[in-house]
Amino acid sequence: MTYILETNALTRRFGSLHAVKELTLSIKGGEAFGVLGPNGAGKSTAIKMLTTLLPPSSGSATIGGYDVTRQSADVRNIIGYVPQMVSADGALTGYENLLVFAKLYSIPRREREARVREALRIMDLEDSANRLVKTYSGGMLRRVEIAQAMIHRPRILFLDEPTVGLDPIARDSVWEQVRKLRDEFGTTILMTTHYMEEADQLCDRIAIMYRGEVTAIGTPTELKQSIDRDEATLEDVFVHYAGRSLIEGAEGGFHEATRTRRAANRRG
Amino acid sequence: MKQLVPDGPPIDAVNHYPTADSAPFFGPVVKFIKTVATVVELEVRKLRHDSTDLLTRAIQPFLWLVVFGQVFTRVRGIPTGHLRYIDFMAPGVLAQSVLFVAIFYGISTIQERDQGIIVKFLVSPVPRAAIVLGKALSAGVRGLSQCTIIYLLSIVLHIHLSKNPLHILAVVATVILSASLFSTFSLVIACLVKTQQRLMGIGQIITMPLFFASNAIYPISIMPHWLQIVSRINPLTYEVDALRSMMLQNIPSHYGIGTDLAVLFAVAGVLVTIAGKLYPKIVT
Repeated sequence: MTYILETNALTRRFGSLHAVKELTLSIKGGEAFGVLGPNGAGKSTAIKMLTTLLPPSSGSATIGGYDVTRQSADVRNIIGYVPQMVSADGALTGYENLLVFAKLYSIPRREREARVREALRIMDLEDSANRLVKTYSGGMLRRVEIAQAMIHRPRILFLDEPTVGLDPIARDSVWEQVRKLRDEFGTTILMTTHYMEEADQLCDRIAIMYRGEVTAIGTPTELKQSIDRDEATLEDVFVHYAGRSLIEGAEGGFHEATRTRRAANRRG
Repeated sequence: MKQLVPDGPPIDAVNHYPTADSAPFFGPVVKFIKTVATVVELEVRKLRHDSTDLLTRAIQPFLWLVVFGQVFTRVRGIPTGHLRYIDFMAPGVLAQSVLFVAIFYGISTIQERDQGIIVKFLVSPVPRAAIVLGKALSAGVRGLSQCTIIYLLSIVLHIHLSKNPLHILAVVATVILSASLFSTFSLVIACLVKTQQRLMGIGQIITMPLFFASNAIYPISIMPHWLQIVSRINPLTYEVDALRSMMLQNIPSHYGIGTDLAVLFAVAGVLVTIAGKLYPKIVT
């Protein structure tokens, strides 16, 4: 078996709403896989199930061969997760944020310091390691969060909307570090996004999700070729498979919007 | 549609370090204790960066002793035997001020939930109960500032507290234990109600009976019979009973210190277990 992540008809219902409906995916080791979809498409729910935070209603998923519900402790050992929300502790320094997680992941004392330093270096945070995280810019905050999720060298890293609310410069810096992670460690990456450019830039393969279901899957080039239009962009692909909802922002609603903006606000 | 797989290193070539399981000396118990210690360390580091919380905590016991205590010592309406009232109430005020802060402890958990900090703990392979216990103990550590202010005030207000270092150490341990107990209680409520506003409402409702149906500021013997029964199932009563016999000179405890501590340990243990089960649900 060469797939690091496999799901089989993974489903989550909230009451009568199917947040994720019979999701079947296979992701190979070292791949960067993007899940693209409008707000409310079920991307975050899918990630929550894969990261053992939310039990599926039906169906199954394995990561590194471990079942996410029955072997959740094994799964947690090999995954890293950067949630959409701000997940670094603002009241600690960047160094401390990493140190604490190095300890929680039982990285041996003799390796700990070197590992924290390395994570700071890769994420380009060495100069600000001893500053409180609440003084960080939005891009730095995201990078310290990614460093934190990488400290135990997970085999697969989940990034939930990694650049939401970031300005273009900060966004570029996050993209650059994500590429570096792949190149240096061959980490498999599963990211959700609703920025088409991001998916195009970073991902080997993309699944387009709409109303809880995957409506298309393939490489960016493949997807562009799959629709009947010359010089199609991913945006055209998206409109083709998920309607105009993303462009018009029709989905998501008040709750989602407040949450995203509040998070964006905190990132400055 | 066709699954297209790009070139990439196969899984086995992925460079990852051994995880906790491959280190044989990390038994589950050691891992549990290490996690608790790490969570406490995290909170202590936060306190080092910003210790205003320690100062604001000291205000409430100060006001109770200086305003309420001084007046009621003059009234002499409460039968405290040969004890001066201000001596009698000092341990009660310490217990009360620790309770009043601890009962709102869940608010910080809800804030951490709203930010996404808790999610990061939950996707890590550490035992949930260890996170909960670590958080509870660090709430206890913060209670030390209340101990300090009470002992400082006792000098100014001529309250006769035992200066025996062993007694003081026992007081500190009891305060940490009790603060852990009530903050975990608050965490359990937080996991159930899930919003700050509801937690504040419930916290306010329950502190009142916890405080007044206890021996904190008057002896249980002056209560009506039914309230005496309530006070006996109130953990605060056992905390105050233990503190009073440790802090004052020659005052025997009513239930026995062993019983007091056993009750506090047992209740705290049950609450930590419940909170460990409920904690992951706070994010869903």
